Amino acid sequence: MLELEGISKVYRVGTFGGKELHAVSNVSFDIEDGEVVSLIGESGSGKTTIGKMILRLTPITSGMIRFNGVDISTLKGAALKKYCCDVQGVFQDPFCSYNPIFKADRIFGIVRHEFFPGLTGAQWSAKVEGALRAVGLNPPDVLNKFPHQLSGGQLQRFLIARALLLDIKLLVADEIISMLDASTRMDVLNLLADLKPRGLSILFITHDLSLGYYISERAVILYRGCVVEMGSTEKIYSNPLHPYTRLLMASVPRLDKKWEEVEAGLRVRAAGLPGGCVYYDRCPITDQAGCCDSRRPALVEAESGHLVACSQVTGQ
Amino acid sequence: MSLRVENLTVYYQTLKGDVRALERATFSIADGEIMGLAGESGCGKTTLGHSLVRLAPPMRFVEGRVTLDGEELPIWDTERMNDFRFKKISIIPQYAMNAMNPTRKIGRMAAELLRSRRVDFRAKLPELRSRLDLVNLSHDVLNMYPIELSGGMKQRMVMVLSTLLNPSLLIADEITSALDVSSQKAVAEMLVAFRDQGCCKSVMVITHDISILYQIADTILIMYAGQLAEKAATATIIHSPRHPYTRLLISSLPKVGVKQSERRLTGIPGSPPLLLDPPIGCRFRERCPVAFDRCTEVPPFTEIDRDHFVACWKAFEEHARA
Repeated sequence: MLELEGISKVYRVGTFGGKELHAVSNVSFDIEDGEVVSLIGESGSGKTTIGKMILRLTPITSGMIRFNGVDISTLKGAALKKYCCDVQGVFQDPFCSYNPIFKADRIFGIVRHEFFPGLTGAQWSAKVEGALRAVGLNPPDVLNKFPHQLSGGQLQRFLIARALLLDIKLLVADEIISMLDASTRMDVLNLLADLKPRGLSILFITHDLSLGYYISERAVILYRGCVVEMGSTEKIYSNPLHPYTRLLMASVPRLDKKWEEVEAGLRVRAAGLPGGCVYYDRCPITDQAGCCDSRRPALVEAESGHLVACSQVTGQ
Repeated sequence: MSLRVENLTVYYQTLKGDVRALERATFSIADGEIMGLAGESGCGKTTLGHSLVRLAPPMRFVEGRVTLDGEELPIWDTERMNDFRFKKISIIPQYAMNAMNPTRKIGRMAAELLRSRRVDFRAKLPELRSRLDLVNLSHDVLNMYPIELSGGMKQRMVMVLSTLLNPSLLIADEITSALDVSSQKAVAEMLVAFRDQGCCKSVMVITHDISILYQIADTILIMYAGQLAEKAATATIIHSPRHPYTRLLISSLPKVGVKQSERRLTGIPGSPPLLLDPPIGCRFRERCPVAFDRCTEVPPFTEIDRDHFVACWKAFEEHARA
């Protein structure tokens, strides 16, 4: 549905714009219908710039973005408006996305003014209520309130509801849950996943690998504006090949393993040294979460007079 | 016993009345302990950290006693606290990115900081240099302005400055939240190195990211809506929590290797209560899946196992039965 073909972005920096900063260089990937692709990288890797270029918030230096086969940089007038109906974004900081002196529902009013001038008041409020219910909010609780009266999670859902009003095809979700609390994070993330069956594609921009794994089918790992690894999420996570991806994997704070253990596991894999089971590389039944790669199994008696050295068989 | 806090209650004064941001907090941090302090935003964790360093309006001290190394801290008196601040108790602030004076070179700022505490900068310089080595910063940063440093470098520089006088207690307030994963890990590990090298005796790490705490903390204290919920060793909090809030909080964390299509994680329904007029009894009652009649009374923060403190009537019952 959306294809990025060798896109680059060069910013002019320095006092008189004399220096060039290559924020994104030669990035290509595509997003299919109803697919969630996560774009993972650390700050300064150009992930937000890519999102902005897709949303046409910033021009592309070179390359081409095609939406359903049409180059989006050529769109003008009515065609551009149609594109905005199809592609919308939600950004990191829900508190900064609103004008604090107006009520939060004003964002819906703008959409109505711009895209649905023909609807009557009753039709419109039915549509708004439908969108709010779709994102798990109870309309009477949240309508007619100022941004400071709503929580971060509610504001972020409001923004997703605004995007849904337009019946979009692609949502660019730029770090939408990094500002939220742990207790509301998962709900917003589940909400995104629940929108998939509607045929919505999502570009999920994040720096948190566990969130990327939770929601997406494919992942694109960016480093300094270049794609270093790309593919199905499971494959990348179970077998990170690029050293940078490995470093990222080792740095993610996780609850099941301490950093030292993760590093130890990766070191074994990186060096190809059999610190664990000697047959690990070719074994069809290795345990991903287990210890096959880190501990050499001892020879254990499986039945009387029959010894075997495999922790999968002996269950140790 | 490095730090001991008893019954500490701090309110915020507003035009509408007192916001009860911290009520009857009682806990202690041992020498060499790294204690993590976790909870949702608005649960009072930053209030707790800041009240130990600088309790200034709109914060209002209501009651409580804080002792550090056997000496009582006059936390209600900002003037008298000057003798303790930076020397005995120090903080790495939440906004470390903007914590340094932009108009001074870093070395000069450090000199001014030390002079204000009547410490000779020249005598401290070798120490400062070795600390810079510890956090992987070049000695040249002392001749640079803060603007020349990246976010992670500034964070590390502030860590060095805060611990220069070897405080007994270091409070690290959300120091990793603005950084990306690789610098997060570096900064967190440096915090442990600081403790191991004796640059500070004990550390209180305030964060909302429990997975970071699992990596570095010895004990974790969970707060909810201004009250302490649970404190125990890290492994106990992660693997066998007793308070229903801790349980829900931990089960809602995303984990590597969990996919939405296979196992759906859920958040905690509802939102924390407003502390201007908090509900009576246990403040988690409204969102709690196991709440019962008894929960209209405030559960005391009680030690149910060795070094395992919980404030929940249900947990007491479960413990009595077991």
